Amino acid sequence: MSPFHEIISLLDSARIKIDHQDVTTGQVKALLESIGSGDASRSEDISVLVSPAAGELLEPMARLAKTVTLRRFGRTIQMYAPLYISNHCSNSCVYCGFNVHNKVNRRTSNREEILSEARLIKNQHISQLLLVSGECPAEVSLDLLEATARGLKGMFPSLSIEVYPMDTPDYARLYQAGIDGLAIYQETYDQNIYSMVHPAGPKRDYRYRLGAPERGAAAGFRQIGLGSLLGLNDWRVESHYLMHHAAYLMKHHWKSQISVSFPRLRPAAGGYSPEFPVSDRELVQMICAFRLMLPDAGLVLSTREPAELRDNLIGLGITKMSAGSKTAPGGYLDRLDNNIDKIDNNLNEQGQPAEGQFNVCDDRTVEEVAQSIRSKGYDTVWKDWDQGFEKQNENQGQNINKENGK
Amino acid sequence: MIKPLTIAGREIRSRLFLGTGKFSNSTVMARALEASGAEIVTVALRRVEFDNPQDDIIAHIDQKKYLLLPNTSGARDAEEAVRIARLARAASGWNWLKLEVTPEPNYLLPDPVETLKAAEILIKEGFIVLPYINADPVLAKRLQEAGCAAVMPLGSPIGSGRGIKTADQIRIIIAQATVPVVVDAGLGLPSHICQAFELGADAVLLNTAVAAAQDPVQMARSFKLAVESSLAGLESGPMSEGEAASASSPLTGFLR
Repeated sequence: MSPFHEIISLLDSARIKIDHQDVTTGQVKALLESIGSGDASRSEDISVLVSPAAGELLEPMARLAKTVTLRRFGRTIQMYAPLYISNHCSNSCVYCGFNVHNKVNRRTSNREEILSEARLIKNQHISQLLLVSGECPAEVSLDLLEATARGLKGMFPSLSIEVYPMDTPDYARLYQAGIDGLAIYQETYDQNIYSMVHPAGPKRDYRYRLGAPERGAAAGFRQIGLGSLLGLNDWRVESHYLMHHAAYLMKHHWKSQISVSFPRLRPAAGGYSPEFPVSDRELVQMICAFRLMLPDAGLVLSTREPAELRDNLIGLGITKMSAGSKTAPGGYLDRLDNNIDKIDNNLNEQGQPAEGQFNVCDDRTVEEVAQSIRSKGYDTVWKDWDQGFEKQNENQGQNINKENGK
Repeated sequence: MIKPLTIAGREIRSRLFLGTGKFSNSTVMARALEASGAEIVTVALRRVEFDNPQDDIIAHIDQKKYLLLPNTSGARDAEEAVRIARLARAASGWNWLKLEVTPEPNYLLPDPVETLKAAEILIKEGFIVLPYINADPVLAKRLQEAGCAAVMPLGSPIGSGRGIKTADQIRIIIAQATVPVVVDAGLGLPSHICQAFELGADAVLLNTAVAAAQDPVQMARSFKLAVESSLAGLESGPMSEGEAASASSPLTGFLR
């Protein structure tokens, strides 16, 4: 089995661009008809669905995307929330608020603080938690992540991480500790742009990051989340690469569920403005294209996007949403003044609040988002797995039996 | 009119089993259950909040009225399926189990090797096991030998609504069956139900066809009618299928 970096090296970015331009509306219609009748598509077909020609047929694409989503996922939206452990980072990603050169307040939550934040999140009914940190193993070590996972798994039936790339044995340790999902976005699959936007730090290693989903799947993670940071490169070209990556993982790591996220660059500390901004219309086209190409994949939309757009995308391909998110370590703790769990809100050692990774655009509470989903005729799914079902978690932190007393 | 079905010694009044996933809310689900006339109702254990006595799904299913058939969906191997079953029984006392081992998360096709392995363990532990399987007649026999209370071959992949694409295999499973055969998965239309019963199935299981319909409650009712219609038709001694039209006035009548 060739690793994905060998597969991607065969894809020609210039050729992909030309392919998109050459697509006709007739080709788009034919493909939509074929997908509508249940025929399987090929990875290459993504070119057709993200083409400018397909953009003119967005309405029929959206209708079909809705039908396909309904068939596979029904009228449900999964809910999750991120918990930022640390904004220390040794990378210098030009687009990110955590960039090592940005003069921002930094902090790493300790284990007690993480547990306190987790309890606040859990009290809002969230059962799927995503642990996030910058790339700074000195601050957020494997040991800390492992201990955090062990501490949280009784509280959350599903735990995922979005941290820095690791080797398979390290991922395996986290899997054993109760982490069942891995989100790691390549940011951009274009090697030249990747080098430009990651001028220094360990993240410069394009290939190591590219291989992380494979290593995570090999370690046993049930969920693998992929994504491109939209705005760094031509979204049509990124879609092509992303599609191949998803298809590769589905074929070679067939026991892991692949999900795709659509993070659009948001204003962050450092003031980076995206070179390839993606419009709402283009974002919707990309989401619909992925739904049609990957009918079974989870498609994720975070609070980076505004409430109105998120609401309108319910059922249109998106199957998983975050809500009530705080993107700074300690961010949840400053919300409840009289909460006994409150440590000293999210202040760093100098007494300043820590900086978020990006500005949250949909700042509604979890319940407000849930209400909105319900008002659209969809049900919120809070729990979709239980770590206690897995061998390594037997008799540990299981959330079964507590209330029922049997 | 319709003969009751007996599974593991229990008389089941409805030949339509219904799943509880994918509904827009639990009230619609409860109304669809009511309209379907189903007695056996499946629930995905991975979605159940065992630490919440007010769990939304479970709270909306009247367990005096319905027999809960929890399923192990999401299990990637026998060990996980066995663990899910044990934990659910410990928490809630449920003994009936729809065994699903689906390591591949996209088409959700069942793993025959792990399914058999899990069935053997669970049956020894006293579970009443109804395994979801591909339409494989030999596997169906092996599972019956292991002591499964029914077998549940798929018509086509879960949620596809493509109808019964495995008819020839299902026909063999039914011909060889010593336990009830429940056609599960892929049924999208009332006509698919009719086909299942005409093949000789004892019951059918549906979920997406109802939950994803524009009007799930009315769709549930239509499936109930399809079940009744199919079974009544079969009990009425249907005419045999012929190649060509047969004249109502026989051409050789003069020979008498």
